[in-house]
Amino acid sequence: MGAPVSEGSPARDAQQAGSVAGQGPSGPPTRRGTELVMLAFAAGLVTAALMLVDVNQEQALSLRILWYGLAYLAVFAVAHLAVRKWAPYADPLILPCVAVLNGLGLVMIYRIDLAMSEVALTKQDEDFSAATPKQVMWTVVSLALFLGVLRWFNDHRKLQSYGYTCGLVGVVLLAIPAALPSSLSEVNGAKVWLKLGFASIQPGEFAKILLLIFFAAFLVSKRDLFMATNRKVLGMELPRARDLGPILLAWGASVGVLVLEKDLGTSLLIFGIVLMMLYVATERVSWVVIGMLLFVGGCFIAYKLFTHVQQRVANWLDPLATYNDPGGGYQIAQGLFGIGTGGMAGTGLGAGRPDTVPEANTDFIAAAIGEELGFIGLTAVLLVYVVLALRGMRSALAVRDSFGKLLGGGLSFAIVMQLFVVVGGVTKLIPMTGITTPFLSYGGSSLLANYILVALLLRISDAARRPHAGSKPRIVPQAPIAEQHTVMVERPK
Amino acid sequence: MNTPLRKVGLAMLVMVLLLLANTTYLEVFKADEYRADPRNQRVLLEEYARQRGQIVSQENGQVLASVKSTNDRLKYQRVYANGPLYAPVTGFYSVIYGSKGIERADDEILNGSDDRLFVRRLSDLITGRDPRGGNVVVTINPKVQQTAYKALTDRGYRGAVVALNPKTGEILGMVTTPSYDPNTLASHTRDDQVKAWTKYTKDPANPMLDRAIQGVYAPGSTFKLVIASAALEDGRDKNTQLMAANGVDVISGQPCDPSDGSTRCLSNYGGSHCGSGQTASMETAIELSCNTAFADLSHQLGEDKVRDMASKYGIGDQDLEIPMPVETSCIGPRNDGQCMDVVDAPALYQTGIGQRDVGLTPLQNAMIAATIANGGDRMRPQLVEKILAADLTTISDFEPENLGQVISQGNAGQLRDMMLKSEQHSCANGCYGDNKVAIASKTGTAEKGVDPKKTPPFAWYVGFAPADNPQVAVAVVVESREVTATGGKVSGDIGRMTMYAALGGS
Repeated sequence: MGAPVSEGSPARDAQQAGSVAGQGPSGPPTRRGTELVMLAFAAGLVTAALMLVDVNQEQALSLRILWYGLAYLAVFAVAHLAVRKWAPYADPLILPCVAVLNGLGLVMIYRIDLAMSEVALTKQDEDFSAATPKQVMWTVVSLALFLGVLRWFNDHRKLQSYGYTCGLVGVVLLAIPAALPSSLSEVNGAKVWLKLGFASIQPGEFAKILLLIFFAAFLVSKRDLFMATNRKVLGMELPRARDLGPILLAWGASVGVLVLEKDLGTSLLIFGIVLMMLYVATERVSWVVIGMLLFVGGCFIAYKLFTHVQQRVANWLDPLATYNDPGGGYQIAQGLFGIGTGGMAGTGLGAGRPDTVPEANTDFIAAAIGEELGFIGLTAVLLVYVVLALRGMRSALAVRDSFGKLLGGGLSFAIVMQLFVVVGGVTKLIPMTGITTPFLSYGGSSLLANYILVALLLRISDAARRPHAGSKPRIVPQAPIAEQHTVMVERPK
Repeated sequence: MNTPLRKVGLAMLVMVLLLLANTTYLEVFKADEYRADPRNQRVLLEEYARQRGQIVSQENGQVLASVKSTNDRLKYQRVYANGPLYAPVTGFYSVIYGSKGIERADDEILNGSDDRLFVRRLSDLITGRDPRGGNVVVTINPKVQQTAYKALTDRGYRGAVVALNPKTGEILGMVTTPSYDPNTLASHTRDDQVKAWTKYTKDPANPMLDRAIQGVYAPGSTFKLVIASAALEDGRDKNTQLMAANGVDVISGQPCDPSDGSTRCLSNYGGSHCGSGQTASMETAIELSCNTAFADLSHQLGEDKVRDMASKYGIGDQDLEIPMPVETSCIGPRNDGQCMDVVDAPALYQTGIGQRDVGLTPLQNAMIAATIANGGDRMRPQLVEKILAADLTTISDFEPENLGQVISQGNAGQLRDMMLKSEQHSCANGCYGDNKVAIASKTGTAEKGVDPKKTPPFAWYVGFAPADNPQVAVAVVVESREVTATGGKVSGDIGRMTMYAALGGS
């Protein structure tokens, strides 16, 4: 206790440093112990959820569930050990939040599988294949990737030098589905896939992160350029016309995605992230205003030109009115029926009918949670996201380099932005755009990309709290307190 | 950069708050609307998973419809003890195709959502028992139902029988053949349901048509009871002399010779003369079922009197429910509100013998016989005897409902006497039961099709027994397959067997 604080981490850290494990005498508490306890709590929560599903679905209860829970804990314990080894000062709440969300997602997908397999049975549809084993496989693969990212990028600043490469690869990934024939890229009207023989991937999910890295690197290096202004209008400092390049580029890419891939969600997400990063880098509200104007203009033109956009807007205004139209409000209405039926406390896990909503385990998983866990459960899930994103944001605030700040802020914002776009769509706050819910939804690409995102966040948070001297905490044998020397501590600057 | 980052952090909080505010709005203001939307299957599926109440017969409480536990998600499967026999009463209850019959009409009772079951539902909630539906006791007498069904199916007939208690309006029997098995439609295997539904709906015999309340048939000579009622109420009696000619021209109203083949000449059965006299009494005309007499009588009475009497008997009533909705019976064309219009003068002659546009349901015709049996007071036909909660306490009991006096008691007596003669005439060559009980009846053989002489007719029989203290009234209709079929030959014994069953005989 009372470990000396050697660098500018907020004072709160020291107070919260409850169960501290592996704490070096000269560094701040690593708080890996907290992380492990929280992970165990997450695994317990997920196990309990799984048990509820099985009880309500009248599956035979057995020790099997306990084994699943322990296996889940074991998988995350490996992740924990990796963090302990390669990012010992990382934020202790980020990984547990992810573990809860991913676990709850798995339980929900399993639960929808049960319902769908029954439907398939009565329809004698032999094509049905359960999504849960695939999602479990993707979780394991994602965690392996997560370990890889932590292992190979021991300093997030390395990424800065790959900025342009990331940007190029990101744009290419984004463009691949648009360039490919529909047979290789289109599923349910959205041309966002890359269908390989064994699996389909959504390159847009990865493009999101790569573009984030590019923009962070680009904005940090060209920051002064964007700060230059030539005149003030309405108290806002307007940027020079020639500096509008990047935002116009981002806008163009977003519109391209929207038009060529019919993917409103990714388009909105990327544009929102770019806007946010421009604002953070330049501290100018004018960028946000210009961006918003461009966005509104783009939306208006898209609405005028494309029937699928008009349909989405009509479905948003009144999904019950367009219920029977092809591509109409049926799905949104079913989602709302589910949330409405769930009410305050929900029907209970496994006791509702989330399978009546099409795409219940991907885009509409929020509706399934709203139905079975109710308003209370949905709120709790949203708050877990808030904790996750705010911990990321906190790391961004604490990290010392501009690139880290921009990247960390962007990654944290990306989580909430994506959440807003999809949950807002499901709950009819904004038009439905079709995008996955991070960590919850079924889908390998989404899971892989978001685990990379989390690995980067952990890397940044590790950098934020890591003491200056030495990249690893020195291991000093603990001497009895009476024999210890007095240590001189430098006051933080 | 920290200041804008903090603002972005704040913006993130605002975004999530917006989501929460919107979800709150959904839960507080819209949830009820979404929950109650008919397109929200969840409520329906929940209903299917609830233990549905039973449908039970009045006498000796035979269970007609109940549930058995299953190990699938719907938990309970509907089971019909004697499916095809009681199908017109119970109807069916299908996950895919909805429901029919009592299953549909009293659905809220059976599924337990009826307000009258509220208190019990509340206690179920507190005690943690699964809510169960209420039970419906129907007025059906299984013996009557079985006898009528057997009588029709033994002969391979397509038709319907309705038996009423004339004093209360209780429906003692309601049979339709061919019938269908509601068990197959209640199957939890989707394919079985689809297969059964396709089979029944594609069957040209139309087994899912509840002929008793949904089938509309020209009543033929049985409609003479309505014309006679109008004439008696108009001041005539059973001795009033009516036209006895072999045929009557439906345009001029003059006697004509049916053998000359004119389509304008409406003739008696077989083209014969009515009785032996120059004219025939109303009694003789009923006994021998003379067409010319009643065609001419209908013309004498005029459209208004015929229509008034018909509507007093309940014809043209669009809202009759037993509680299933009953198809409207009409004397006019079945379109555009012309149900009670006699379209022209020839039609008025034909209406007198229950032809042309006249169409009655078997239930309507049974109600006419029952009204005469009940001294002219028409009782509302009802199929539900009692409604019981899941714990078998009575929630509502049977109450007979008088729908008004159609004819005076005296006139009802005169009609009964005429119907007694008619029964004796029908039984001249012997009939079922050998007149052990005095039966009052009227037969009818309704022509149909473009070439009536070559198309098998609808064979009718309506009646009640015992004549002096009626306990049962019946209507039988058979969609006969032979041109020579008549009501007396085809339907009479089916009606008599049904009545004897109701009276407790063999």
